[in-house]
Amino acid sequence: MPYETDYTNQGFTKVGTRVNRPDGVDKVTGRAKYGADANAAGQLVGRVLRSPHAHALITKIDTSKAEKLPGVKAVLTGKDFPDLTGGNRGLMDILENCMARGRALYDGHAVAAVAAIDADTANKALKLIKVTYKQLPHVTDVDEAIKPSAPIIHDWVRTAGVTPAPTTASNVAQRSEFGHGDVDAGFAQADVIIEKSFKTEQTHQGYIEPHACLATLGPDGSGELWVTTQGHFTFRNVCASLLGLEVAKLKVTSSEIGGGFGGKTHVWTEPVALQLSRKANRPVKLVMSRDEVFRATGPTSSTSVDVKIGAKRNGKITAATAELRYQSGAFPGMWAMFGAMTSFACYDLKNVKSVGFDVLVNRPKVAAYRAPSAPMAAFAVESVVDMLAAEIGMDAVDFRIKNAAKKGTKASYGPVYGPIGIGPTLDAVKNHPHMKRKLGKNQGRGVACGFWFNFGGQTCTDLNIGVDGSVNLTVGTVDVGGSRASLALIAAEELGIDYEQVRVTIGDTNSLGHNDTTEGSRGTFSSGMATIFAARNAVEVLKQRAAATWDIPVEQVVWEAGEARAKGKQNNNLPPLSLKEIAAKSPRTGGPIAGHNEVVADGAGVSFASHMCDVEVDPETGATKILRYTVVQDAGKAIHPDYVEGQFQGGAAQGIGWALNEEYIYGDDGRLQNAGFLDYRIPVCSDLPFIDTQILEIPNPNHPYGVRGVGETSIVPPLAAIGNAVSNAVGVRMTHVPMSPPRILKAIEDGQA
Amino acid sequence: MNGVTVSAKVNGDAVQYVCPADESLLDVLRNRLNLTGVKEGCGTGDCGACSITLDGRLVCACLVLGAEAEGREIGTVEGLSEGGKLHPLQEEFIEKAALQCGICTPGFLVAAKSLLERNPNPTEEEIRYALAGNLCRCTGYDKIVRAVQSAAKIMRRGKKAAR
Repeated sequence: MPYETDYTNQGFTKVGTRVNRPDGVDKVTGRAKYGADANAAGQLVGRVLRSPHAHALITKIDTSKAEKLPGVKAVLTGKDFPDLTGGNRGLMDILENCMARGRALYDGHAVAAVAAIDADTANKALKLIKVTYKQLPHVTDVDEAIKPSAPIIHDWVRTAGVTPAPTTASNVAQRSEFGHGDVDAGFAQADVIIEKSFKTEQTHQGYIEPHACLATLGPDGSGELWVTTQGHFTFRNVCASLLGLEVAKLKVTSSEIGGGFGGKTHVWTEPVALQLSRKANRPVKLVMSRDEVFRATGPTSSTSVDVKIGAKRNGKITAATAELRYQSGAFPGMWAMFGAMTSFACYDLKNVKSVGFDVLVNRPKVAAYRAPSAPMAAFAVESVVDMLAAEIGMDAVDFRIKNAAKKGTKASYGPVYGPIGIGPTLDAVKNHPHMKRKLGKNQGRGVACGFWFNFGGQTCTDLNIGVDGSVNLTVGTVDVGGSRASLALIAAEELGIDYEQVRVTIGDTNSLGHNDTTEGSRGTFSSGMATIFAARNAVEVLKQRAAATWDIPVEQVVWEAGEARAKGKQNNNLPPLSLKEIAAKSPRTGGPIAGHNEVVADGAGVSFASHMCDVEVDPETGATKILRYTVVQDAGKAIHPDYVEGQFQGGAAQGIGWALNEEYIYGDDGRLQNAGFLDYRIPVCSDLPFIDTQILEIPNPNHPYGVRGVGETSIVPPLAAIGNAVSNAVGVRMTHVPMSPPRILKAIEDGQA
Repeated sequence: MNGVTVSAKVNGDAVQYVCPADESLLDVLRNRLNLTGVKEGCGTGDCGACSITLDGRLVCACLVLGAEAEGREIGTVEGLSEGGKLHPLQEEFIEKAALQCGICTPGFLVAAKSLLERNPNPTEEEIRYALAGNLCRCTGYDKIVRAVQSAAKIMRRGKKAAR
């Protein structure tokens, strides 16, 4: 490592201020260009035909009539995608999900696609494609799918992570186990043991911008893709692999992104759009409808979780176990593993074991959704934690404080923690005015904690100084919620110049080296780190230019407050040279001034949050109103507090929707019944109160500015916090999310019976 | 294609277009008049990303036919700022960090402007119900409501000063 990544506890002057974002004007005037806002000369409209069946053999596809329709320029089926995956099962899953290969695996699975001169013609062509299906038995429920009687989704799947390796096919794609100690001995020491089962339903990220792209691929094998994505470099690599292209010949540009939350880390239709373009030899614009977004792009898992925790009467947990069954849709995933890893991460436990089962069902391929898999595990664990505290007569916050993980704790998923924020967030909760608000009739309060790993990853950044001293910073992570402002602040801080002097651009795949997908709350963490190093490299060049101008050794030059200063008595007569002055002279002192950095941004700091929530439940309708909601989270260092608060509030709001209302509803026919915003109702403005936030800053020792990712953890506690609040309000333990009015009414009735 | 010829006003400018009888005003604005500030989130009137005004009334452009706009006045986000000056709502959305991804922002701005024209001093609850037809998935609406409150205050002050 050529760089010192350790936290250096700087006295910041720019970082931490609430400046206006650089893309603000574009976004309030309608100028910002999103996925569906780009056009190319001669472009065609792409449309996808999707299976109406949950599980069916495709015995025949007759495209002849569609091909003959005037204005249709290309028609594709699975046969038009030769297997170039070289035996890579993960790539084959992506390809098969983009376009069915002889079998439709879920309602909404793509079976054919067309490109035509306009939308009307493309829609007509879809209707002329004749698909003959032979329906197969299906399964959509996670617990049903595990039963021996369940139809097998893939005959090639053998449960991974089991010894000896099974020889027969199963819908359990993977078993993952984490933990340490002796849980049996731990439970034997417990005075009180609580054991409970929980269910959560499937939810969608619900970004307002549907997937959209503009694809151009010529017969020479070179092409361009404009696309709404969280990872244009990853999209490039995947599309190139699936279509047999050279990576360097496919330029992918990320548009402004209208929300992603993990759902735009995966390729869904982009290879189809490129293949349509190649076949038609014209640009193809493919925009999904909202119905397609719900039916065919990745929601998060529905789950079924059993949790057992034992404690001493003094409040110390002696043992904890969890079994977590997460459905991953029609293709294997890693979702139960994340659930098992995160389930007990908040606590300092001697004896702990969590086992995850990744389960295949006839639903869309599950995708990442903001701290993927952690909210469901937290719902189950934090509910049992509350029950246990109540059972031994201890305050629920004190109980958590007593068992909270701290520096040096061996985490349930393996590593030993450095400085972490779970304890401080709980202390903040305990002292928060929110906790002193008096509760009225039918009201309840709930508290819950949450954890997310965060991620660093491959990052590549360029910083170029113009002759007028303005700075262009080019990064390869996508700006999902204000990161351009944060990165400009960081560059300004390092260079000692005004924030307004820096302009941040998201580079396309041909402008920078590989950048991993913007996921794992890594945008500001990793590109921030690369920006700091790129700026420090530029400062070295600036010092050299100043030294050359003064004709003194570079060792006598320092960079302070945005200018080069000559050190030493002999240089007293040399006035400082500002960045602007050095830049103006650059054409004559050695040419352009730039700093570059490529890094694997290791050391992402783990992130903890504690939430509190007050609810009122109408006992007649079962409807729940959120009265007050407060988020306390450790940000490491809040580069731009407005957008840190925004992440806290946004995650909480998504969690509130998940806790109270959002769910995929499947009929007995295996079809999704609520594939639209009217019936899949996300929280609207009148559903929510102001969401209070408190930012804690426990520096991440592995980042020069102490930054931790902040994007995801905020969605982890809400299910449990609201579950605890509702349970306290109605006097019955809630075990099934979403806690929709019918479920609450039923719980009240069952509780009274 | 049986086209319908339509003459209308968009953001004060006279426009003329030909569109199929069944084409939505949203598609007309985006694809024929290049006003891509009007966003499509659902196409079924559920998300409000395509909020525009039609003769001053707030509507979802996806639920109006292009042919219906004959002789009418259309207002989109592109018409919010006057000359080089942003509308106070636009200023406050930036100032208060009321947008993250920004895809819903044009719809919110048009809807909020429509609210403040009808009710220059709305309560928090009135703001929340007036904007309940506009979905935002990023912000939890907190900073949006605050930005509208702040813009309303500035606009009231501006009106007072003009008197």
